Amino acid sequence: MRRITPSQPRSHSTSRRDFLKLITTAGAGLTLAMNLPLALAAESTAAAGVDFEPNAFVRIGTDGRVTVLMKHLEMGQGTFTGLATLVAEELDADWSALVAEGAPADASRYNNLLFGTVQGTGGSTAMANSFMQMRTAGATARAMLVAAAAKLWKVPAAEIQVSQGILSHSASGKSAGFGELAELAAQQPIPDAKSLRLKDPADFAYIGQSLPRLDRGKTDGGALFTQDVQLEGMLTALVAHPPRFGASVQHYDATKALASPGVVDVVQIPSGIAVLAKDFWSAKKGRDLLDIKWDQSHAFMASSDEMLREYRALADQPGAVARADGDAVSALASATTVVEAVFEMPYLAHAPMEPMNAVVLVNDTGCEIWNGEQFQSIDQNAVASALDLKPEQVRINMLFAGGSFGRRANPQADYVLEAALIANAKRGTPVKLVWTREDDTRAGHYRPMYVHKVRAGLDASGKPIAWEQRIVGQSIMKGTAFESYSIKDGVDSTSVEGASTLPYQIPNLQVELHSVDHPVPVQWWRSVGHSHTAFSTEVIVDELARAAKQDPVDFRLQLLSQHPRHHAVLKMAAEKADWGTKLPEGWGRGVAVHESFNSFVAQVAEVSVQENGSFKVERVVCAVDCGLAINPDIIRAQIEGGIGFGLSAALLSEITLNEGQVVQSNFHDFQVLRINQMPAIEVHIMPSAEAPTGVGEPGTPPIAPAVANALSAATGQRFQRLPLKLSS
Amino acid sequence: MPITIQVNGASHALDATPDTPLLWAIRDHVHLTGTKFGCGMAMCGACTVHVDGQPTRSCVTPISAVQGKAITTIEGIESVVAQAIQQAWIELEVPQCGYCQSGQIMSATALLEKNRQPSDADIDAAMAGNICRCATYVRIRSAIKQAAAQLA
Ligand code: FES
Ligand code: FES
Repeated sequence: MRRITPSQPRSHSTSRRDFLKLITTAGAGLTLAMNLPLALAAESTAAAGVDFEPNAFVRIGTDGRVTVLMKHLEMGQGTFTGLATLVAEELDADWSALVAEGAPADASRYNNLLFGTVQGTGGSTAMANSFMQMRTAGATARAMLVAAAAKLWKVPAAEIQVSQGILSHSASGKSAGFGELAELAAQQPIPDAKSLRLKDPADFAYIGQSLPRLDRGKTDGGALFTQDVQLEGMLTALVAHPPRFGASVQHYDATKALASPGVVDVVQIPSGIAVLAKDFWSAKKGRDLLDIKWDQSHAFMASSDEMLREYRALADQPGAVARADGDAVSALASATTVVEAVFEMPYLAHAPMEPMNAVVLVNDTGCEIWNGEQFQSIDQNAVASALDLKPEQVRINMLFAGGSFGRRANPQADYVLEAALIANAKRGTPVKLVWTREDDTRAGHYRPMYVHKVRAGLDASGKPIAWEQRIVGQSIMKGTAFESYSIKDGVDSTSVEGASTLPYQIPNLQVELHSVDHPVPVQWWRSVGHSHTAFSTEVIVDELARAAKQDPVDFRLQLLSQHPRHHAVLKMAAEKADWGTKLPEGWGRGVAVHESFNSFVAQVAEVSVQENGSFKVERVVCAVDCGLAINPDIIRAQIEGGIGFGLSAALLSEITLNEGQVVQSNFHDFQVLRINQMPAIEVHIMPSAEAPTGVGEPGTPPIAPAVANALSAATGQRFQRLPLKLSS
Repeated sequence: MPITIQVNGASHALDATPDTPLLWAIRDHVHLTGTKFGCGMAMCGACTVHVDGQPTRSCVTPISAVQGKAITTIEGIESVVAQAIQQAWIELEVPQCGYCQSGQIMSATALLEKNRQPSDADIDAAMAGNICRCATYVRIRSAIKQAAAQLA
């Protein structure tokens, strides 16, 4: 049995070390330190003596263990490994001594440098914002270890070598491991960051190698997710949520629920009625027995079809201007050929494998949270303000997340706040809020539904001269902490990104936006705006190429001469995919190239269409330029996963509303990709010396248009809707 | 009368109603948390355990149905096949978030126990019930093949 006791109030300096104390009893829980590379593992170093903590990111134990404090959430994207690689590189550490540990919520030390003062993970920024910071952290620690050795051995610091966690001085023959020098290193002055010399890329030993991942315990059940936290006396809470957005509890009767075995309490919170029980199943049965009358007088009652009609009508009207080059309207009027399409893209749930959940304990000293924590600042502040605490009284333990795809960074702190409010009603008792898959699917916070209307024109020579695109959908940023940063002149940049940044050389280009207000909660979903703009833009570009009777790759390459990185990945993908060679009967090949989050990705998809009208994506060849490749294998994994995630949306998934109710509820009707639908994937990484960017999201946008274009090549049909369907 | 189940060779008398799904008995009563909750309706495979060697969705299996049967969870697998699968999983760095992987490994182990040389179609048939939202499918397939080759 594995149990965790909540931490005692403590100062920051000791917080990480003892905030989780394990009580292990006979049976399971054997190799805990190895299997729980998060905060839990810290215990073993704590006992070993005085640690060397030169900065907020590195701690070296007297046992030689190098712990890297992770300010970013590990949700599968490999960030623990990537960030630790940067530290290990500049520290010249032994990789096998590295341990990753979740940093506490403290934006003064752990803010995302690309989010201003906010601590959080998203936008494929973990590597980009940490690249210099984590290298500097490693270099600082190294300099202090060297200074310690120089002092101890009475030799010049410049003569000391460091390699694989060992410091040595060849003239005197002295050597020592990091652990032996830790105590003395801790007494050395912290060097000025400017005095540090970071490595020349030519000397990188770890960066560019595919070091083994640090987020272990994922093959033996040992890795600790929020769902797995067990605290002494903990209750499990399930919440009955309203059936429609905007509805609320009118009255409820909990008599039967309270009489159900295992149920301990029923509490009303703003988001619904929570049933607390000794275990999940008792809570679930108790919830089923609640008798609730909902007030639906303010509920949102629209259906997706109506909303689409509204969106399509809006797409015929001019909107707020996101980009205006030249005069698109006149150019379209003078064009020889005009291609026009209206695209529809549905709401999408993130549906990570681990449904939303959080463990919270509220007591007299404050509030402690255990969570796959993606948005520390937002959650900490939201909970503090709801519970009338100071933000620093809200302590957050960042555990592994069983996927997120953006969902766990909720701008309203939705599920974390829900858990905190339940726990606040049961002060002194730890509460684990568990959402069922149905709760998770129906809770909203979807990728918004969008309609795009695009008109594009060619001149007589087949050159594109005009592009007009109108985008209609809800704004993700409106009402969030990022609103003033993201919304300018009525344009939410995250609604139009990818279209407003269209790289092709088209002299007259207009992109407009209608931001629609609806009470369906919306949220960033892996690749945000790019998840829909890549589809419409890259399908239209293919249609233009066809109208111009040009090869889709050549056509794009000509229009990308000012964009060398797009150009290069497109060329690489086409070459590696043997673009232009013959395919079997019934197959088609399609291409798309798209930049997102400063990474450049081109994909060539091959599809086979069967006689019965079904089709399969057989193979995807991808080229990616994400700057300097820190860990090529993790880059490949993220691109493979990003393609698979995008394929779910391209082929299968949609959330629809029927009179305001979410139709889908679980994986039988919100379908996602399975192994038999996964294509073979080849990922080619562009060699680059540019600063590293992210790879969590950029693999997703190009796949839907690449597949649509392949299907068009195979069948001659046009595709203007996701998920893709062949017409019979 | 408490219901007794055998998990990884140990008996557990449970203070739980007979309709309690095996998944929640394992997680909330036996306190083994490697077996995951993903859907609760046999659609995702995250909760896969072995019952008398058969891969079983524990979320829809009441404890009343598994009394006297040998239940094995991810924490308890130790066969040569299971070890080969786990080793291939690590060597090929299959897991991303990792949440689905206990279930994937339980399904893959059950497949190789029965079929040491699975074809792609066999892999599809055995593994299509296990969703990986991180879409690690390319590597799952490769790792099954690598484990099979190592066992051959
Ligand atoms: S949780 Fe049992 S199959 Fe999904
Ligand atoms: S590894 Fe994340 S769901 Fe499979």
